[in-house]
Amino acid sequence: MNQPKLDLSPKVSDEIRKTTCYMCACRCGINVHLKDGKVAYIEGNRDHPVNKGVLCAKGSAGIMQVNAPSRLQAPLKRVGPRGSGEFQEISWDEALNLATEWLEPIRKDDPSKLAFFTGRDQSQSFTSFWAQNFGTPNYAAHGGFCSVNMAAAGIYTMGGAFWEFGQPDWDHTKLFMLFGVAEDHDSNPIKMGIGKIKARGARVIGVNPIRTGYNAVADDWIGITPGTDGLFILSLIHCLMKAGKIDVDYLARYTNASCLVNGDEGSAEFGLLLRDDAGKELVMDRATGKLTPFDQKGVKPDLTATHEADGITHRTVMHHMADRYLSNDYAPEAVAERTGISARRIRAIANEIARVAFEEAFELDVEWTDFRGETHAKMQGRPVSFHSMRGISAHANGFQTCRALHVLQIILGSVEVPGGFRFKPPYPKPATVHPKPHCKVTPGAPLDGPHLGFVHGPDDLALKDDGSPARIDKAFTWENPMSAHGLMHMVISNAHAGDPYKIDTLFMYMANMSWNSSMNTGGVMEMLTDKDENGDYVIPRIIYSDAYSSEMVAYADLILPDTTYLERHDCISLLDRPICEADAAADAIRWPVIEPDRDVRGFQSVLCELGAKLNLPGFVNEDGSQKYADYGDYIVNHIRKPGIGPLAGFRGDGTKTGRGDVNPDQLDKYIENGGFFVEHIPEGANYYKPWNTAYQDWAVGMGLFDSPQPYLFSLYVEPMRKFQLAAEGHGDRQPPDHLRERIKATMDPLPIWYDPAPDNKVDDFPITALTQRPMAMYHSWGSQNAWLRQLHGHNPLYLPTKLMKENNLTDGDWAKVTSPHGETTVPVMEMAALNENTIWTWNAIGKRKGAWALDNDAPEATRGFLLNHLIHELLPPKGDGLRWANSDPITGQAAWFDLKVRLEKATAPNESQPVMQPIKSPVGQGPETLSWKVGK
Amino acid sequence: MTQLPQTTARKLGLVIDLDTCVGCHACVISCKGWNTENYGAPLSDTDPYGADPSGTFLNRVHSYEVQPEQGTAQLIHFPKSCLHCEDAPCVTVCPTGASYKRVEDGIVLVNESDCIGCGLCAWACPYGAREMDAVEKVMKKCTLCVDRIYNENLPEVDREPACVRTCPSNARHFGDFADPDSNVSKLVAERGGIDLMPEQGTKPVNKYLPPRPKDTLSEGAGDIDILAPYLEPVAQEAKGFLGWLDKTLEKL
Amino acid sequence: MHPAPSVIFFSVFSGVGFGLLTFLGFGVPHVFGWNAFVFFVIAYLCAVGGLVASTFHLGHPERALKAFTQWRSSWLSREGWCAVLALCFMAIYGIGLVFFDVRWGFFGVIGAVFSIATVYTTSMIYTQLESVPRWHSPGTPAMFLSFSVAAGALLAGEIHAAMALIAIAALLQIALWVVGDGALEASGTSLATATGLGQNGSVRAFEPPHTGTNYLLKEFAFVVGRKHSLKLRVISIVLFAVIPIALLIAPFSHWLVLLAVISHVAGALASRWLFFAEAEHVVGLYYGKR
Ligand SMILES: Nc1nc2c(c(=O)[nH]1)N[C@H]1C(S)=C(S)[C@@H](COP(=O)(O)OP(=O)(O)OC[C@H]3O[C@@H](n4cnc5c(=O)[nH]c(N)nc54)[C@H](O)[C@@H]3O)O[C@H]1N2
Ligand SMILES: Nc1nc2c(c(=O)[nH]1)N[C@H]1C(S)=C(S)[C@@H](COP(=O)(O)OP(=O)(O)OC[C@H]3O[C@@H](n4cnc5c(=O)[nH]c(N)nc54)[C@H](O)[C@@H]3O)O[C@H]1N2
Ligand code: SF4
Ligand code: SF4
Ligand code: SF4
Ligand code: SF4
Ligand code: SF4
Ligand SMILES: [Mo]
Repeated sequence: MNQPKLDLSPKVSDEIRKTTCYMCACRCGINVHLKDGKVAYIEGNRDHPVNKGVLCAKGSAGIMQVNAPSRLQAPLKRVGPRGSGEFQEISWDEALNLATEWLEPIRKDDPSKLAFFTGRDQSQSFTSFWAQNFGTPNYAAHGGFCSVNMAAAGIYTMGGAFWEFGQPDWDHTKLFMLFGVAEDHDSNPIKMGIGKIKARGARVIGVNPIRTGYNAVADDWIGITPGTDGLFILSLIHCLMKAGKIDVDYLARYTNASCLVNGDEGSAEFGLLLRDDAGKELVMDRATGKLTPFDQKGVKPDLTATHEADGITHRTVMHHMADRYLSNDYAPEAVAERTGISARRIRAIANEIARVAFEEAFELDVEWTDFRGETHAKMQGRPVSFHSMRGISAHANGFQTCRALHVLQIILGSVEVPGGFRFKPPYPKPATVHPKPHCKVTPGAPLDGPHLGFVHGPDDLALKDDGSPARIDKAFTWENPMSAHGLMHMVISNAHAGDPYKIDTLFMYMANMSWNSSMNTGGVMEMLTDKDENGDYVIPRIIYSDAYSSEMVAYADLILPDTTYLERHDCISLLDRPICEADAAADAIRWPVIEPDRDVRGFQSVLCELGAKLNLPGFVNEDGSQKYADYGDYIVNHIRKPGIGPLAGFRGDGTKTGRGDVNPDQLDKYIENGGFFVEHIPEGANYYKPWNTAYQDWAVGMGLFDSPQPYLFSLYVEPMRKFQLAAEGHGDRQPPDHLRERIKATMDPLPIWYDPAPDNKVDDFPITALTQRPMAMYHSWGSQNAWLRQLHGHNPLYLPTKLMKENNLTDGDWAKVTSPHGETTVPVMEMAALNENTIWTWNAIGKRKGAWALDNDAPEATRGFLLNHLIHELLPPKGDGLRWANSDPITGQAAWFDLKVRLEKATAPNESQPVMQPIKSPVGQGPETLSWKVGK
Repeated sequence: MTQLPQTTARKLGLVIDLDTCVGCHACVISCKGWNTENYGAPLSDTDPYGADPSGTFLNRVHSYEVQPEQGTAQLIHFPKSCLHCEDAPCVTVCPTGASYKRVEDGIVLVNESDCIGCGLCAWACPYGAREMDAVEKVMKKCTLCVDRIYNENLPEVDREPACVRTCPSNARHFGDFADPDSNVSKLVAERGGIDLMPEQGTKPVNKYLPPRPKDTLSEGAGDIDILAPYLEPVAQEAKGFLGWLDKTLEKL
Repeated sequence: MHPAPSVIFFSVFSGVGFGLLTFLGFGVPHVFGWNAFVFFVIAYLCAVGGLVASTFHLGHPERALKAFTQWRSSWLSREGWCAVLALCFMAIYGIGLVFFDVRWGFFGVIGAVFSIATVYTTSMIYTQLESVPRWHSPGTPAMFLSFSVAAGALLAGEIHAAMALIAIAALLQIALWVVGDGALEASGTSLATATGLGQNGSVRAFEPPHTGTNYLLKEFAFVVGRKHSLKLRVISIVLFAVIPIALLIAPFSHWLVLLAVISHVAGALASRWLFFAEAEHVVGLYYGKR
């Protein structure tokens, strides 16, 4: 044999620079290999707490993102009509002067005339700080259309949510149940976790109308009818309670199950929790038989207590739960048909949950002390864990459904225990320590406090003195009182309608609002281009920052081109959405590992400069000079509270963690450390966090809170009851009459289920149409990536076998899909592993011609399509003269997945319908071939 | 050379776990990235931003639906790259000697400077593991990351294929099948690893772990009590339930 | 399989050329001088033309010489050697016939053997591929050889032999079609064995790995409609067998023979197109195509 001699040890690169991926909100650590100063290869960072070396397709394709021909090249000023894509390149000086010229008078006269909304960036603590200093109440990020139901339900119920704020105890869990997740923010950790538990032979149950991805590897798949998870979960709760398969000790100690509910029907406190004068919830102590604040030393709360006073019986939350959930309304037989899951299967699942939670329970030999001072020799493991995301939250009953799921977890005693679900710092923290929303506008001055937060009753709503909404998106109003993340999806339509008021400038960052992040996409384009009787745009000015030639760029008057993620500083901060693990606090940075080759600037740095030009407090020094040279400067030198800044690591002299003085070398330290910082939670402090003194003390030391904040989980969410009380006529702040009944019905302090389908005309439109995120694509950006777009270059509509047959369709045929709002004609494919009344497609693959530097005949534009054309921000008219929002009545979360349609076979058109006019590409087109090799 | 070695000292290859692969395509792209920058010519893409994008990939993830006789359909994600066959037909058909199987570890490689781009080896491979690069016009295939697994410029933990290193769900394993005690040999033994198209006689080195049985929870006959022994009611009504709670609490 | 024109052209014309050379090598027809020159020119044009065409589908024709190195294992390499040897021996033999009016029978026979061996090795390139069940059959070399000698006979003016050989080729061709239609099935390779998922239930391809196309799909996943292929089969048989035989039965005329040759070659091209177009590579199974 005469084999060629190979060089088995070729040089891999000149240098590795470690930073953080940006292709989704998972924020994995990456090693960027450079050759001759160019990006040669990207791999996962093995030391990184999030991904431990692995990397997803998007992350590995970062190299194609950084060299994409769609990158914006320089600031742009619109010269053609809005939507045409005709622009002129201008200098940064001109761009910033123009922005200042527009914004300065607004700030002086009425800061609320600026609406500043940002997409899924990871610098919300910074952008909100900017908006607050500008003085506008109109600021939010994308959470309102994303998954605020999940976030808010988690925080109100247990002081933390799934999302990326918690995780199953992957090392110990034996049953993992996943509701409505295709990919999620914790993308790599979920995959790593699933891999880990499957290797151990633990069971995974997937609840999802569609069996792909995680649900495909699930051992058991429950192809539920969309929108009915709440009912299914409450039925599981029914079965478990009925069989006594609940963790009584846990419920008594750590939840408000043992709190007493005011039973005085006539009083304005009816249904509120009994509290002492200091406002502490009262429980009945089993030892003394006396009412006592829940957190006293040695208290043993009585779950089944009643308290008689003045002839009135006050009963515990547990009583109320028993009354409600033991009812046969929730028996498997009663819910089987609506959920599409047989009663037998529901029982089998409840049985398995009970078996694993109680028969496979285990203990860790770790001592810990609770907030009542009791020391426990062991930690009780309940190896059942859950995770869930938009599949249950993006429905109009999503908040209550998410709540139901948390109640299920809590009655099993499986939150913050070994084997269960665990929070990641800065969670857990009770809803009460979060800020409340602020909306007091003063011309020329900052807002009176942070924009977003958690309301605890009608008094906290963001209403003007006349009761009208203070915010352009109507967040924190009677229409959606607990809209903790704002309602970005309503901004354009409200601004267009001048309801609740008109604005002057819409300033957006990183959100493709004229395309995939809007409902009613065509309508939004019209609103953005609509003119008044004087021929002026109804939304007078639009400033937008994007890094790429997206569909939204064409609709802005001024474009501030951003850098790519390898060319700038970023900060993934504990003040915001950090990269913590259940066992550790962690944060991270991005830093310019390569220099931009275009006239672009990091958006946050631009805000530092713009802030200074506008003379915003917080952005100027006392002498009026610019305070932060750029974002890197801000990250290091900004101080939120004494000793606390954006980054927790290497503070002071470089050895201080959490709290400490500014360290001018902090960024270098991060870079040296691989771009991140981790502080592990000591053993013994890492479970039972809400009640564990060791954890509470550690968190205070880290600067997560200023004093220990132990609290009870809220099976019963009292603030909701306060809104009901208002709707029943109590209190000064009263809802408008047309909302009373809905508030009474939906704001139930114990989870309920109601069916959003009738509002969506299910009788005429009997099929649910869903989208899923493809694992290898991030929303709209993947299509500009030469490697990724080969994986998902168009998106067929997947139909279950039954619907294929009924409509006489075969793969590659086209179908017309009609919703109450619109229609689209698209290619179809058969899928057997699919709920038989559900159809779906991959999200955000369809592209507008002319965007993303793609050819006009790119498959994304000719065969791809957006389901968003069929979804409206308002529900179809009910005949009551009102148009109700297509969103959750509690949080305002956009109800993407309530979409109902019907379909019929269509003759194949030339391309997917509807067809939009091409826009002119501001960046030209990409090259004809690619052979990307930077080393020789 | 195009004759196959009688035996190879080691048999390096991959185990792919069909029970855990979530179909994320991470392995596809990290493979593309590594092999574009490393061994041989870059993996090119034609019409990358146009109507008909097409590129060279050494690893692709298919998906299949399996309809059991009873019960719901299943979906299986199915990654596929070169299986480094022991009796590799792609090697013996090669007229130039460009295709060869390494004696020391059994890796099947293409020596690009000898390849005339006739395509015959791709015809011979039943698995579709070889792709002709449209720009460079030479045959490309999985190299088992031969320039990583022995690379002394990489830390020792990283001396494994790019696709294995990146796989988030740990569905890919790399090792020596000639060693019965290796991680891969053990996995194959424990989980009943199988060959693809055994009837083709190629003796693939890479093995696939079949999916575990699915949807077993609600199966089995009998009435519900037998099915759900842990759901024996403590009470039918709220009152009874609270009574039970009282008793239980007393025991604590 | 993708029916690449260069390969169809190559295999048909080299078959014709080497078929004629085989006859010439054995001294049929017995020609010398200019007559021989004409026959050799035709044979060489076909054979060499075919060989040249075959390099068109090479990515790197400039490295073609490397293809001679692997004769121990590679049929393509063997084909190269046979072709070169055949052409060399036949050249010497031809020089004798054309310029010296002598028949160096030794060179002729050796040349003829290498000529027919060339056709055989060509056919073995396809036959050896288990991955293409339709080709993986002794019928494939039989068919290639019968086409080659039939065309050789036709061009050599051996009318009766030609008629018989064409008829045999036609029968073989039909048999090969019929057997070929069941070959994939009979091979035992199916999506079930390809994925190993067969024991769990019936397997159906769902999403392909890429929405776009790729080399494999372009090269292997060519699908001809059943109806279309039946029509082409009839056309092919009519052109390569029925019409030529009918023309040959008719009273002899050079023009008719020329027509017969043209018709036969056209039919052979059609048959060869089908040979590729109808061949299912098992890799198609992975893509849900057969
Ligand atoms: N690769 C990739 N990762 C991403 C993103 C991306 O674009 N690409 N986007 C990021 C963002 S912004 C977000 S918000 C997260 C979202 O992460 P996910 O929540 O995983 O988002 P979706 O893909 O919308 O998945 C929703 C899932 O819910 C299912 N579903 C729909 N209705 C129901 C129902 O009624 N019941 C049940 N049980 N299931 C239902 C759908 O079938 C689908 O599988 O992902 C983040 N991660
Ligand atoms: N039908 C349907 N529609 C949906 C959903 C669904 O499930 N179904 N999901 C909804 C959800 S949860 C979300 S979060 C939204 C997401 O929708 P979008 O927030 O619009 O998401 P992207 O497509 O990621 O667009 C963000 C923009 O950011 C730009 N960008 C990328 N990188 C950078 C950068 O570094 N700097 C700057 N300045 N800009 C950058 C991109 O070019 C793009 O224009 O979609 C929503 N829309
Ligand atoms: S999951 Fe993927 S895209 Fe998201 S941060 Fe991690 S590597 Fe990047
Ligand atoms: S999988 Fe294909 S390319 Fe790889 S060794 Fe086997 S036959 Fe050759
Ligand atoms: S394409 Fe290259 S490697 Fe393949 S058979 Fe031809 S010469 Fe050999
Ligand atoms: S071993 Fe290397 S070349 Fe082969 S598929 Fe994996 S990454 Fe690609
Ligand atoms: S990276 Fe792993 S999980 Fe993802 S497709 Fe590849 S093998 Fe499957
Ligand atoms: Mo989102």
